[in-house]
Amino acid sequence: MTETTLGQDVIYKTEALIAEDIDAYLEQHQHKTMLRFITCGSVDDGKSTLIGRLLYDSKMIFEDQLAALENDSKKVGTQGQEIDFALLVDGLAAEREQGITIDVAYRFFNTEKRKFIVADCPGHEQYTRNMVTGASTADLAVILIDARKGVLVQTRRHSYLCHLIGIRNIVLAVNKMDLVDYDQATFDAIVKDYGEFAKSIGIESFTAMPISGFKGDNITTRSANTPWYQGPTLVEHLETVEVLSSVDADKPFRMPVQWVNRPNLDFRGFSGLIATGSVKPGDEIRVLPSGKTSKVARVVTLDGDLDQAVAGQSVTLCLADEVDCSRGDVISLADNPPQAADQFEATLVWLNDEAMLPGRAYWLKLATQTVSVTVQQPKYVVNVNTMEHLAAKTLELNAIGVAEIATDKPLVFEPYTEGRTLGGFVLIDKMSNATVAAGMLNFSLRRAQNVHWQALDISREAHAALKQQQPKVLWFTGLSGSGKSTIANLVEKRLHAVGKHTFLLDGDNVRHGLNKDLGFTEADRIENIRRVGEVARLMTDAGLIVLTAFISPFRAEREMVRSLMAEGEFVEIFVDTPLEVAEARDVKGLYKKARSGQLKNFTGIDSPYEAPENPDFRVDTTQESPEDAAERIVNALLGWAPTI
Amino acid sequence: MALDAKTLTHLERLESEAIHIMREVVAEATNPVMLYSVGKDSAVMLHLARKAFYPSPPPFPLLHVDTTWKFQDMYALRNKMAAESGMELLVYQNPEAAEKGINPFDHGSLHTDMWKTEGLKQALDKYGFDAAFGGARRDEEKSRAKERIFSFRTASHGWDPKNQRPELWNLYNARKNKGESIRVFPISNWTELDIWQYIHLNDVPIVPLYFADERPTYEWEGQLFMADDIPRLEKVLGYRPEITMKSVRFRTLGCFPLTGAVESTAKTLPEVIQETLLTTTSERQGRVIDKDAGGAGMEVKKQQGYF
Repeated sequence: MTETTLGQDVIYKTEALIAEDIDAYLEQHQHKTMLRFITCGSVDDGKSTLIGRLLYDSKMIFEDQLAALENDSKKVGTQGQEIDFALLVDGLAAEREQGITIDVAYRFFNTEKRKFIVADCPGHEQYTRNMVTGASTADLAVILIDARKGVLVQTRRHSYLCHLIGIRNIVLAVNKMDLVDYDQATFDAIVKDYGEFAKSIGIESFTAMPISGFKGDNITTRSANTPWYQGPTLVEHLETVEVLSSVDADKPFRMPVQWVNRPNLDFRGFSGLIATGSVKPGDEIRVLPSGKTSKVARVVTLDGDLDQAVAGQSVTLCLADEVDCSRGDVISLADNPPQAADQFEATLVWLNDEAMLPGRAYWLKLATQTVSVTVQQPKYVVNVNTMEHLAAKTLELNAIGVAEIATDKPLVFEPYTEGRTLGGFVLIDKMSNATVAAGMLNFSLRRAQNVHWQALDISREAHAALKQQQPKVLWFTGLSGSGKSTIANLVEKRLHAVGKHTFLLDGDNVRHGLNKDLGFTEADRIENIRRVGEVARLMTDAGLIVLTAFISPFRAEREMVRSLMAEGEFVEIFVDTPLEVAEARDVKGLYKKARSGQLKNFTGIDSPYEAPENPDFRVDTTQESPEDAAERIVNALLGWAPTI
Repeated sequence: MALDAKTLTHLERLESEAIHIMREVVAEATNPVMLYSVGKDSAVMLHLARKAFYPSPPPFPLLHVDTTWKFQDMYALRNKMAAESGMELLVYQNPEAAEKGINPFDHGSLHTDMWKTEGLKQALDKYGFDAAFGGARRDEEKSRAKERIFSFRTASHGWDPKNQRPELWNLYNARKNKGESIRVFPISNWTELDIWQYIHLNDVPIVPLYFADERPTYEWEGQLFMADDIPRLEKVLGYRPEITMKSVRFRTLGCFPLTGAVESTAKTLPEVIQETLLTTTSERQGRVIDKDAGGAGMEVKKQQGYF
C-alpha cells in the first residue's frame, strides 16, 4: 500500500501549514471553489469504498470515527481484518444490515484547491429516483465500473441519466484494478466498449482512469502499479474541471423572483437567486411574463450595495420604476428575455409508486412559479437499458418518458438544455403532496404560441345579468345507482319552474356523444370529467345554472373542476348511498354484471370511490327522499331557507 | 471586481444556497420559525437569515427550546442577539420536565428526551408552526448525511427515512397537509470548518465559551466539565464537586453538565480553527446522545422527533 503512504505525505504537508501558519491556511481555504459531483455504478462496484477512501485520504475522518470504523469493520465488514471504508458512508441502520446503499447520501471533503460535495447514489434499479436527485445538482459524475465485469446494463442506465440531467463532465472510473493485476488490456477494452456506448447516446467526451478505491491507486497520487497510465489522478481531475456556475455566468441574465422585500413604504426590493448571467446598477431589465421594462437602481445586500452580482448569488434588486413584479416573475435582460408559454413537450422521470395519470391535474413547480398542469399520455417511454423508444399509456415508478404537458397559466421558461433553472421542474400530487416526478422542458408547442385569448365584448357577467341569476355548477357525485340523476332531474324541474335557466349534463348521455371515445379506465374517467368540467365552465360563462350527474369517483378531478370555476360557483352535492343499498337497487343491472366479472373497473367493486370530505350538500338517500333532498337544495340555492 | 465572469468561492455558494432556502420557506410556509440553540451553527444560521431578508428583519420568530441547564453565557447572547436582529424570541420549557425536576445527573438520556425532544414537539404544536429552521449539518453524523434539506414530518413529528421526498435542483416542495410540518436545514451542506471560517470572515457574534479562558471545572464520570452554577450543581449532586480553575474551551455547546470541556489556550478564532483542524476527535464526541442505542443512536432519536 505504497500509494496510501504517498497520500499521507500530502496530508502532512497540509497539516504542517495549519500548524505553522494558520492565517495562510485560512487565506487559502477562503479562496477555494466548490465542486459537486455524484458517484454512480452498479451494486458492489465499490462506490461507498471509494468515497470512504476520499474522506480517509483527505483526513475527514477523526480518530474516534476511525476507532468506531475499525470496530464495525470487524463486526459487519466484508473486508476481513482490513478497514471496510464503505461502513463510513452507509449511514442508515436498515442498509447497514442489507449491505447496500439505499438513498442519496451527501459527503464532504477538502483538498488544497477545492471543497467537494459528493452525492453517493445507489445502484439499484428501483432507486433511479435517488440517482436523478443526486445528479440534478452535480457538476460532474463519476461512473464506476468493476474492472472484472466491464460495462453493465446499470452502467448504461446511469450514464444515460447523467447525460439526460445535463452533466457534461463524466469520469469513467475503472475500479478494482487490483483484482485484474492492473492489466492495461482489460482497461483499454472497457474504455473502448464504453466509448461506443457513450457516443450512441450523445455523450461527447469523458475521462477514463484506472483506479482502486480499496487500495488507493490513482486516487490522490499516481499509482506505481499502472505505469502505462499517463492521465491525472481522480483528485487532480476533480480539482481542475470547470464548475457549472462559471458556465452559467456567461449566459444572459435571469433571476426568478422569490420574495418581495417591503419593510416600509420607501423600500421595495425583489429577492432572488441569480440563475444565469450577471447584473449591475443601470442595466435595462424586463419583468416576465408582463414584459414591463425598467432599470436596476441598486443591488442590495446586508454587507452594502454591490457593483455587480453574478450567477449563483442571492441578492435583492431595487428597480428605478414602480413595476408590477411578484413571486414567480422572472427578471431578465431587457433585450434578451426568456419566452412564456403554456404547452410544452417535456421529458419526465417518474419518481412515485403511484403511476402517472394522463389528464390528472398536478402542481408543477419551476423556479419560483407554481402552476396547475396536466400531462398527456406519453409519446413514448425510454427503455433505459437499450435506449429503445416504447409505446406506453402511463409512466410507472422510475420510468422516463416524453409527453406533452399543458399548464393553466403561462410559464416563463427556457429549454432545459439552455438553463437548468428555467427548464427543470417537479410535479407534485395535489392530494398527497408527494413529489411525483422530475421534468425537463424540451420546447414549447407552436399551437401554444399562436392560440391567444380572444377578448369578447359580452362578458360572463352580462350573460348572467340578462338571465337575472348567478351561474352555478351543481355537481352531483356518488356511486352508480345512488340516485344522482333522479335528484338532479328534480332540482332542475324546480329551478326551471321558477324561471331559472338551467342545463343538466348526465353521465350516460354525455358518453353517447361528446365522450363516446372514452372507456372506463382510470385515465379515461379522468378525461371524461375534464371534458365535462370544461363544458360546464363554458355554460357558466353563458350564465347558466349547470347540473351534472357523474359518478366522478376521484377527489382530484372534482377539485380540478372546482378550480376551473369562479369562487363559490362550484357546489358539490354528495349523494351518499351505501354500496349495499345501491347494489340492492341495481336499476340498470350493472352491479350484477360487475360482480360476475363481465364489467371491469366498476366503481365500488373493483375501482375506488373517494368520498368528498367537505361536500356543500350531503344527501343520505336512506334517510331522505329524493323530493325532500331536491327541495332542500333548491331552497338553499335560492336563499329561501337557511342551509341545513 | 474583474471583468471576466467571477467564480464564486465555496463559502459564497453555501451562503447563497442557505439564503435561497430561507426565502423559499418564507414564501411558501404559513407560519415558519427558526430554532435557535445559541451555538455556533445557530449563530451562522441567524446571520444568514438577517442577510436573506435585509433590510427587513427576518419575518419569523426565534424559538429557544430551553432545558434550564444551559450555560449563563448562552442565555446572555441569546437575549442580545434577539434584540439586535429585531426578531421575537420565544422560549419554551417543557412544564412536565420542570415539574418532575428532570436533570442530566439523575435522569441520563431522559433529560434529552423530556426537555429537548418532547419540549420541541410541544412548542411546535403550541404555536402551530408549519416550518422550523434547524442548524443541523450533514457532516455531523451518518444518518444526517441522508436527510433532505426540506425534511417532512408527520402530524406526530415522525421522520420516515425510507419515504423522503426527492429533492431536485434547488426546487423544494413545501406542500403539506394540515398538522404536518417540515424541518428545514439551510446549512445542511456546511462542514464544521466552513462554519468557523464564515464566523471568522463575517464577524458573527458567538458565545465566548468557544474561546479558551480560566474557568472553574470539575470532573464527572471521567470527563471535564465547567461548574457554571455551583450552588445548583451541589444541590443536584448532593455534594460539592472539587473545583479546579483551568484554561478550557468548548467545541460544542449544550447543557453545561452534558458538554465536555477541552483544555486549551486558543483565545482567537484562528487559534480555535487551528486547534479544531489539528484535533483528532470529532465534534459530536463531546456529547452523550449519539452513543445510545448502539450504532444507530441519532437515527432512532430522529424517528422519534429529535431534531
